[in-house]
Amino acid sequence: MFGYYVQLAFQSLRRNRVLTALMILAIAVGIGASMTTLTVMRILSGDPLPGRSAQIFYPQVDANPDVTSHGPYDLLDYRSAMDLWSAHRADRQALVAAGDVHLVAPHTDVPALKLSMLTTTADFFSMFNVPFQYGQPWGDAEDASRARVAVISDDLNNKLFAGANSVGRTIRLHDNDVRIIGVLKPWRPSPLFYDVGGGRFADGDTGDFYSKPQDVMVPFSTGQDINRNHFDIFTCYRLYDGKSNEQTSPCVWVRLWVQLGDASKVTAYRRFVADYAAQQKALGRIGRADDTRMMNLMQWLDFNHVVPGDVRLETWLALAFLIICLFNTVGLLLAKFLQRGPEIGVRRALGASRAAVFAQCLVESSVVGLLGGFGGWLLTLLGLWIVRRQPTAYADLVHLDLAMFLATLALSMAATLCAGILPAFRASRVTPALQLKTT
Amino acid sequence: MQIAPILAALRRHRLATMLIAMEIALACAVLCNACFLIVTRLDQIHILSGVDEASLGQIQVDCSNDCNEVDLNARLLSAIGQVPGVQSVSVINQVPFGEHAGTVGITLDPEGHKEGGVVDFYLGGPGSFKALGLTLLKGSVPAAGDYQALDGFAPANASVWVTAELAEHLWPGEDPMGHEFWVDKFHYRVAGVLQHLVRPNGGEGGPSTRGWSVFVPAVPGKGLSGNYLVRAQPDQLQRVLRDARDAAVKAAPEAVLDREQSRSVGDLRKSYSEQDVAMTGILVGVIGALLLVTALGIVGLASFWVAQRRRQIGVRRALGATRRDILHYFQTENFLIVSMGVAVGMVLAYGLNLWLMQSYELPRLPVYYLPVGVVALWLLGQLAVLAPALRAAAVPPVVATRT
Repeated sequence: MFGYYVQLAFQSLRRNRVLTALMILAIAVGIGASMTTLTVMRILSGDPLPGRSAQIFYPQVDANPDVTSHGPYDLLDYRSAMDLWSAHRADRQALVAAGDVHLVAPHTDVPALKLSMLTTTADFFSMFNVPFQYGQPWGDAEDASRARVAVISDDLNNKLFAGANSVGRTIRLHDNDVRIIGVLKPWRPSPLFYDVGGGRFADGDTGDFYSKPQDVMVPFSTGQDINRNHFDIFTCYRLYDGKSNEQTSPCVWVRLWVQLGDASKVTAYRRFVADYAAQQKALGRIGRADDTRMMNLMQWLDFNHVVPGDVRLETWLALAFLIICLFNTVGLLLAKFLQRGPEIGVRRALGASRAAVFAQCLVESSVVGLLGGFGGWLLTLLGLWIVRRQPTAYADLVHLDLAMFLATLALSMAATLCAGILPAFRASRVTPALQLKTT
Repeated sequence: MQIAPILAALRRHRLATMLIAMEIALACAVLCNACFLIVTRLDQIHILSGVDEASLGQIQVDCSNDCNEVDLNARLLSAIGQVPGVQSVSVINQVPFGEHAGTVGITLDPEGHKEGGVVDFYLGGPGSFKALGLTLLKGSVPAAGDYQALDGFAPANASVWVTAELAEHLWPGEDPMGHEFWVDKFHYRVAGVLQHLVRPNGGEGGPSTRGWSVFVPAVPGKGLSGNYLVRAQPDQLQRVLRDARDAAVKAAPEAVLDREQSRSVGDLRKSYSEQDVAMTGILVGVIGALLLVTALGIVGLASFWVAQRRRQIGVRRALGATRRDILHYFQTENFLIVSMGVAVGMVLAYGLNLWLMQSYELPRLPVYYLPVGVVALWLLGQLAVLAPALRAAAVPPVVATRT
């Protein structure tokens, strides 16, 4: 029966080509627009560390010596970060700070580069599942000995050494020789979660959270030797001249990420951070001890509204657009089914039940949905191609995967089935006698 | 044209009428708000900078470790100044649409309790005020004695020039001349009011704070070096900047030239508004597609109705109705449906705007957008219905006699 209905559907669609084309086009455009934005949304709001993110936490202590009401700063001051990290109370813990350096690669013809350098501690690589192409990360010993070692990105390795195994070679960072001990595989977390912060103040302009990871990574302690006082400062609570010792400056510029395996460890670490703040308050170094926080990774991303305002707006716009397209489709399907009133009348008179007529109409709607979905898929590819040409940091991340392709077809079918219900219902209420009389 | 028979006919197609009216209502709501978003974006793209953009450019070098900043300034000012076509070169910490380098929170009392907001300090060396081409509303151009040495990030006690916008925010309705504000212990006194000077980029607080700038005359040296404001004839600016970049690299081989930032203010503005331009393009695309889909819906339904009513049209024609009467019938019918749609649509547009205001801090939709949207949809409806209505008018009276 189903096969017969499908056959009938195609026949009926062929009969009024203009109307059919209009319906399919309307659905395709609506689906194309919504799937384009939904795909971008899915990529931007995804979990950068699937399976691990619930164990990753971001402790915050308010470094301000005054009593304030705005909550802790998004980053830590050097002292607090160092104290919390050195205690090694978490399963894994990593300090993170970044700053610009000058990089020269001796024995290559690449001119001097100015780029952002990440300084962190050994656990960073295991905690965040960072993939290595050549060599390996440094360990606790290198952190402790302020070793002059570096891990570089796949991009930089291609640029400087044409992709060859560069482990053991030397680069100069701010006139210091640093030995490469590891080269990453292409690694492109979305967003660049360990660097997210300040999203509350960005006014929705958060595209830069999706930048590429830094190209050079060295131990935190080494960074303090070779690039001292040149790290990016988040903000200062007292005047700071931007030149003198950052470690004692009234500024926040260090992040601490910790991994905590289970709920009891989380509770214990929360207490540890609170106790630390209480102790520091007692020492008079900070103003508030009752406002420490520790969000997990996804909470932290939410708190920073990582998905850019423009993208959210586009998604709403596309969904509104899809609804308009569906209203359109309902109207056109209604026209189409009622046009066939006489034919339906004959079928009813010959014994077809209302349910059978209803089912036949729905099959016809879903055929329209399938064709519209296919057109929508093509338009989604076009839409994503346009997104990739946008001047945003996340442009290179955008692509359509199999799941989203299937979702496109499913959404299109579901949408047209919904759109088909009302017209199909109306068609099934056609009274046979009346229709037969007028033909 | 009598409306009663049309309404009677529409009542027999309540569902289809309602669907098309709802589609138009939604289209109206989205159309009005999308147009408003476009205009807001265009305002941001075309924001007034307050400086002579066409004649200005920036050369920015980054001197890595502990270089002698006084010496660096001297070498670069002289090297860039010798480039043919340079009208003036001066030291400044930032330019409009470049990287921000002087964002700071100010207070209106020395104790730091009364917050004035987050503003941007333009620290400019001698010559920079004139080179920027700022328009003075009050006070006079900074005198030689106004240029103070930096004590850390800024002069500790200085005369400053604020924008009218910032003055109105800090001291509403008052004459700002002589008013004071503080950054921690640093103290500033207003010595002049600028008509306009835009902050380098967005900054905290959204679009309403874009004009919160302060010009602070400062002596270049420690803390103020590496960033140079170049002025040249607009038609020579690109060539001059190219030569100036080469001159800077030659004069300070130990420093790294920031090529992204060392461009004309016009080019910096272009990169700065790239995303807004892209978003405007997307919005225009959506509006176009939206109007197209709505028109297609009207064409589809009107065609169906014409086909369904062929016999009735034939009867009317046979009874003496002219082609024009038939044409007008369908046009009026469309007008009525669209009118129903936009009546609901205006309410929806307003509701959608309220929601946008809450979630995206958008301003209120100006009322005149509604009638413009209504007229646009009326026109769209008439355009879409024209082809089916002409087809209806072409139905010959003889159809009435056929069964």
